[in-house]
Amino acid sequence: MDQIIVQILNGLDKGSAYALIALGLTLIFGTLGVVNFAHGALFMMGAFCAVVTSKILSSSHKVVDETRTDFLGNPLEVDVFYMQDWFGETAGAAIMDWAVPLAILVSIPVMILIGFIMERGLIKHFYKRPHADQILVTFGLAIVMGEVIKYYFGANPIQTPAPEALSGRVDFGVWLGYGPNAIVYPMWRLVYFFFSASIIAAVFAFLQFTTFGMVVRAGMADRETVGLLGIDIDKRFTFMFGLAAAVAGIAGVMYAPIVSPAYTMGMDWLVLSFVVVVVGGMGSLPGAVLAGFVLGIIESFASMPGVVNLLPGINQIIIYVVAIAILLIRPRGLMGRKGVMED
Amino acid sequence: MTDQTTQTPIAAASASSSKGGMFGLAAKDTTLFLVVIGLVIFAPFILNPFPEGSAMAQFNAGYPDLMQRFVIFGILAIGFNILFGLTGYLSFGHAAFLGVGSYAAIWSLKLFTLNVIPAILFAIVVGGFFAWVIGKISLKRSGIYFSILTLAFAQMSFAMAYSVLTPITGGETGLQIKNTDNPLIGGPTDGSIGRANLFGAEMGNSFELGIGNWVFTFNLGYYIAAFAMIVAFYLSIRIFRSPFGIMLRAVKSNQNRMNYTGLTPKVYTLYAFVISGMYAGLAGGLMVAMDTQVGPERMFWTASGEIVIMTILGGAGTLIGPVLGAGSIKYMENILSKINKDVLHQWFAMLPDGLEDVVVEFAYIFVGKQWHFTLGIVFMLVVIFLPGGLVEGAQRVSARFGRKKKATDTTDNSASTSAE
Repeated sequence: MDQIIVQILNGLDKGSAYALIALGLTLIFGTLGVVNFAHGALFMMGAFCAVVTSKILSSSHKVVDETRTDFLGNPLEVDVFYMQDWFGETAGAAIMDWAVPLAILVSIPVMILIGFIMERGLIKHFYKRPHADQILVTFGLAIVMGEVIKYYFGANPIQTPAPEALSGRVDFGVWLGYGPNAIVYPMWRLVYFFFSASIIAAVFAFLQFTTFGMVVRAGMADRETVGLLGIDIDKRFTFMFGLAAAVAGIAGVMYAPIVSPAYTMGMDWLVLSFVVVVVGGMGSLPGAVLAGFVLGIIESFASMPGVVNLLPGINQIIIYVVAIAILLIRPRGLMGRKGVMED
Repeated sequence: MTDQTTQTPIAAASASSSKGGMFGLAAKDTTLFLVVIGLVIFAPFILNPFPEGSAMAQFNAGYPDLMQRFVIFGILAIGFNILFGLTGYLSFGHAAFLGVGSYAAIWSLKLFTLNVIPAILFAIVVGGFFAWVIGKISLKRSGIYFSILTLAFAQMSFAMAYSVLTPITGGETGLQIKNTDNPLIGGPTDGSIGRANLFGAEMGNSFELGIGNWVFTFNLGYYIAAFAMIVAFYLSIRIFRSPFGIMLRAVKSNQNRMNYTGLTPKVYTLYAFVISGMYAGLAGGLMVAMDTQVGPERMFWTASGEIVIMTILGGAGTLIGPVLGAGSIKYMENILSKINKDVLHQWFAMLPDGLEDVVVEFAYIFVGKQWHFTLGIVFMLVVIFLPGGLVEGAQRVSARFGRKKKATDTTDNSASTSAE
């Protein structure tokens, strides 16, 4: 039983990353009708926002400390962090420690800006072109973004630790009434899950309960009529693109402590999240979230040692098997609507 | 789709029945075919324009390894183009057939005979069969669903080759010919590692011709692959100009209309899928024949993406485009990635020191390990401004210089509408 709970937690954790990326993809597809192959690259950009923020926050300068000497008897040079200079010893250390959560604040404006530039500079010109062209141009953009990151940060993954207070392990079993040490789970992964769940809830609430969201939903249903009512729907859709980019970026920031960011991560996640979107049903927001969690949980159950012993390699292919099965049984995915992408 | 596209194939078909060609091809196709044959045969000269030891020698592409890759990836792209260029079905999993063909070929070399011909034939058959199985399922859907299904199948094949199927695929290390292999026919008797050959002549056999400062290499493996490419190219012209080819274009432009006419688009698309799978299998078999090893990364989805990029870059739906695309990408991969900072400093040595460093730093973004960056930019520019690829670019350039007639002669005239 405790094994099963651990696997469910693993699945929720992985699934929430899938769900966040798939949600952004679906937002873009549902509003603008664009298939964005660069969405994984946006996720990667977010992760590198975390890397940059933690680099900037922990930048330092050398100060000669007269009271201490190195082994040659010369005065010792000590690294002094600017954060500690400015905010004092403990507060500065805390700021550096909490670099990843702070990076969220950095990433939101950065990602919205990247989203705006992408939409206004490139995607805008592709609304009237076929989906294949959209896929190809964003695929090219994803390659370019990956290479830019590789140029500045190198090809190796960069470790970005979570804050000290959140990087330990929790005795999860105790909360459920099990004995101590029955289910021990990394704290940050739990944080990630709850964080993603609240982001997803926030996006849905935004679409459901604000006037802006209502107009966007109306535009998704019938763009032309909304335009005829005198509403500048294009502007709002551009904002939605920025929002989707920000969601992907935040997902990336928070994922940085779990898997060290590298320039390949964009492409790796893109393939999977596209499978998620298609399984959920193109254009369906709840479908994307549902499929993200379902596939995440199925994948983590398939990686259980017992299952892998029975069917070796199943953990690597299960997502694709499920995706193929669902696409053949329910051609529009779990919650897909009629007439979306069926040309 | 405009009326123009529906008329183009008919015009093309009537051209094929017109007089004046050879090999059953129309006159303009014959010209194109002969030009390609000439280029391929004399490639060792054409690709080696700079003398040995000169500063420009690094731009020479006339060495066997690279020339083999030109033609092999050319075959791959020609095959992909029969599917994507004609029917418009964008497969993101073509590397799977390449990989399967490679595995088939290496097993033929290991178990049956070291002669490459059975290996290549076996690779074609297995690639085609695999494509039939995957196509049968994937073609139940179209559009992006088809792309994702093919991608999923290819990733699945990759993951399985990497893990579960290790006994057949050698897992992460892949497969090589070993001295313990004992093929049924004509293996080495002295315990040495067998080499792929054609009736005794090894693939690596080369004849070097020195003229002045130039050294030209004529490699047996290259000419075998080149022969395969010429055959593949010929078949692709025939397919493009046949009634079958017109059916494939109809799949792209209006499936409803096909249905109403009593034709079944899916059957034609499946044929196209299997044919392009056989092309990929052939390419995989040739790769193994040239370099007797194979690993699962050959099936990874980035490899599929590369095939897509090649075809689009050259010009999907045109005859010569995919070959051009494959050639230019493989050239970029090999030549650009060799340029490092020292080379750049040599080139810009005439600039003042400070400026030189700035220019070198800037230029270095585009070459060396970052050559993918250049590839991505070029690819984006092509998709944005030249949906018909390099072929369309060439047409526009020649139209600008008032030689439009010649351009439409040498290229397929559906180029401008093909990427839709």
